[in-house]
Amino acid sequence: MKYQEECELLEKSALKNDIFKFKIKTEKIAKEAKAGQFLEIRVSKEVEPFLRRPISIYSIEKDCIEFIFQVKGKGTEILAQKQIGDKINILGPLGNGTFNIKEYNTVAIIGGGIGIFPLYEAVKQLKGKAKINTYLGFRNKEYVTNEQEFKELSDKLIITTDDGSYGEKGFAIDFLKKDEKPDIIMACGPMPMLKAIKKYAEEEKIICQISLEERMGCGLGACLGCAVRKAGSTDDNPDYWHVCKAGPVFYSTNVEI
Amino acid sequence: MNTNINFAGIKMKNPVTVASGTFGYGREYEDFIDLNKLGAIITKGTSLKPRSGNKAPRVCETSSGMLNSIGLQNPGIEYFAKIDLPYLKRFDTKIIVNACGSTVEEYVELCKILNTLDIDGVELNLSCPNVKAGCLAFGTTYEGVKNVTSQVRKVLDKPLIVKLTPNVTDITQTAKGAEDAGADAISAINTLLGMKIDINKRTPILANNTGGLSGPAIKPVAVRCVYQIAKTVKIPVMGLGGIMNGEDAIEFMIAGATTVSIGAGNFVDPECSIKTIQEIEKYMQKHQIEDINSIIGSIKMN
Ligand SMILES: Cc1cc2nc3c(=O)[nH]c(=O)nc-3n(C[C@H](O)[C@H](O)[C@H](O)COP(=O)(O)OP(=O)(O)OC[C@H]3O[C@@H](n4cnc5c(N)ncnc54)[C@H](O)[C@@H]3O)c2cc1C
Ligand SMILES: Cc1cc2nc3c(=O)[nH]c(=O)nc-3n(C[C@H](O)[C@H](O)[C@H](O)COP(=O)(O)O)c2cc1C
Ligand code: FES
Repeated sequence: MKYQEECELLEKSALKNDIFKFKIKTEKIAKEAKAGQFLEIRVSKEVEPFLRRPISIYSIEKDCIEFIFQVKGKGTEILAQKQIGDKINILGPLGNGTFNIKEYNTVAIIGGGIGIFPLYEAVKQLKGKAKINTYLGFRNKEYVTNEQEFKELSDKLIITTDDGSYGEKGFAIDFLKKDEKPDIIMACGPMPMLKAIKKYAEEEKIICQISLEERMGCGLGACLGCAVRKAGSTDDNPDYWHVCKAGPVFYSTNVEI
Repeated sequence: MNTNINFAGIKMKNPVTVASGTFGYGREYEDFIDLNKLGAIITKGTSLKPRSGNKAPRVCETSSGMLNSIGLQNPGIEYFAKIDLPYLKRFDTKIIVNACGSTVEEYVELCKILNTLDIDGVELNLSCPNVKAGCLAFGTTYEGVKNVTSQVRKVLDKPLIVKLTPNVTDITQTAKGAEDAGADAISAINTLLGMKIDINKRTPILANNTGGLSGPAIKPVAVRCVYQIAKTVKIPVMGLGGIMNGEDAIEFMIAGATTVSIGAGNFVDPECSIKTIQEIEKYMQKHQIEDINSIIGSIKMN
């Protein structure tokens, strides 16, 4: 079931000057939410900005949900102005493609930049079910965030920065490649990173789940806006999944990115 | 209080429908609203054979609205008949299929099949701006609309609604084409052709470069079109374009629309259609209107 709820903002904190963590009260969405799902947030009651904003679920609690977002344009700017006690209109939980939570020997969690947020709930739920090796990549020291939260739940955590100003220098995937082969990789981040992970996983025959983004109209599977190419379909005869319906989490072998 | 409407022979419990392409085949909204409460559901544009649609990005936000270039992705009429129609038949509402094709022959073949299905009407999409062939190609001239509509009319006994594009100099001409060919009703408007450019990359945001504009941004254009059409033809008009609430719907009806349709409003609020019905009822109470039919075309020009 999906719901439309007026959710009270319970807690708000600035992780960086442009990255905010919101904790909202939800009676219904939290009960059914799964790791990897997302929300469609109506930032204003007016017709401007017109569309809702898709934001991933960061953490699910009993009757609360946390999400973290970066201010990019006018929608997230308005969202960032909300005050504790304000009601926020939210659709959720959305998406049918979620992280496959079960027992594994080893899981590799790999995230880049603001793409690390959808991975946190997966890590929470995998705790105790698998050995968790987490690799988080950031541009530089200034961008590193949520290190402590991931550290507490991971058996191993490697932070990388492109310029070496914090943690290891290089790309997160290079460190994943050096370690023991996991049973599954769960990834989210910028497109070049996801492409590299998909390629590596398929070469090494490692099962791999990636969380994708695309511009959305409805978030419900109705408008067919958020298309992503199905694996195996050709330029002459393309075929598409929809990120909000089949995703946002896909097995890498099912999509062409 | 009466909200029943007879729209070109389709008996609806209220004038509020949901617009083609914004409501899928209904399933995506069942968690949010009671589909039984809708006047009618208009399906996604459906063609003879499945269509895969355009590359992404297919949607982008604009001032008080959005652009789309979905490219009529749909599973084809066979799949619709087998999978989606049985689902829709579970509800006590009217089902109108939005039909599209690349050639006149395709429209005719499709409508032959539609004529055999348990549906309440057909909306002929002569107005999609996002596909290379067909649709808009027939929809911009009196002759074009008249030709395809009359070919379809020959094979279709069910109520036939022709959906018009605003991307023309004079929409009363195309409306006349539909009426003269025997259409039972007109729906207006489809989207306005638009473009949005990413000024950092200097490329259009949509992969298809251009797309159809919808939402409140187009409402004044849509109201004007509905007014002009209703004044020109005798067949009833379904008004749409930027309707977000009951007040918007009433405005269209006063301009001459017999029914209305909610499009992009469903994305902003999945309950938009139901709230619109409730708000129309409130308006009727407030203004002591016994029969909704009495406001249709009640505009008083200056
Ligand atoms: C499934 C999904 C999950 C996401 N999770 C998060 C998250 O947890 N944290 C976070 O900070 N961001 C997340 N994003 C990205 C976030 O949706 C965009 O940054 C946000 O919509 C930008 O809105 P704006 O008004 O600030 O920017 P504007 O540029 O003003 O937005 C204009 C339009 O473009 C759309 N848009 C812009 N960037 C994106 C994008 N990257 N993806 C999809 N639509 C976009 C907007 O939704 C809006 O419709 C997610 C996106 C998707 C699709
Ligand atoms: C994402 C999207 C897809 C659409 N697909 C169709 C379609 O398949 N057939 C059609 O006739 N109109 C289609 N339309 C047009 C709408 O039915 C409607 O005419 C238009 O959006 C104006 O109404 P609105 O402003 O309320 O959205 C589509 C519109 C949108 C936004
Ligand atoms: S956003 Fe409408 S189908 Fe995905």
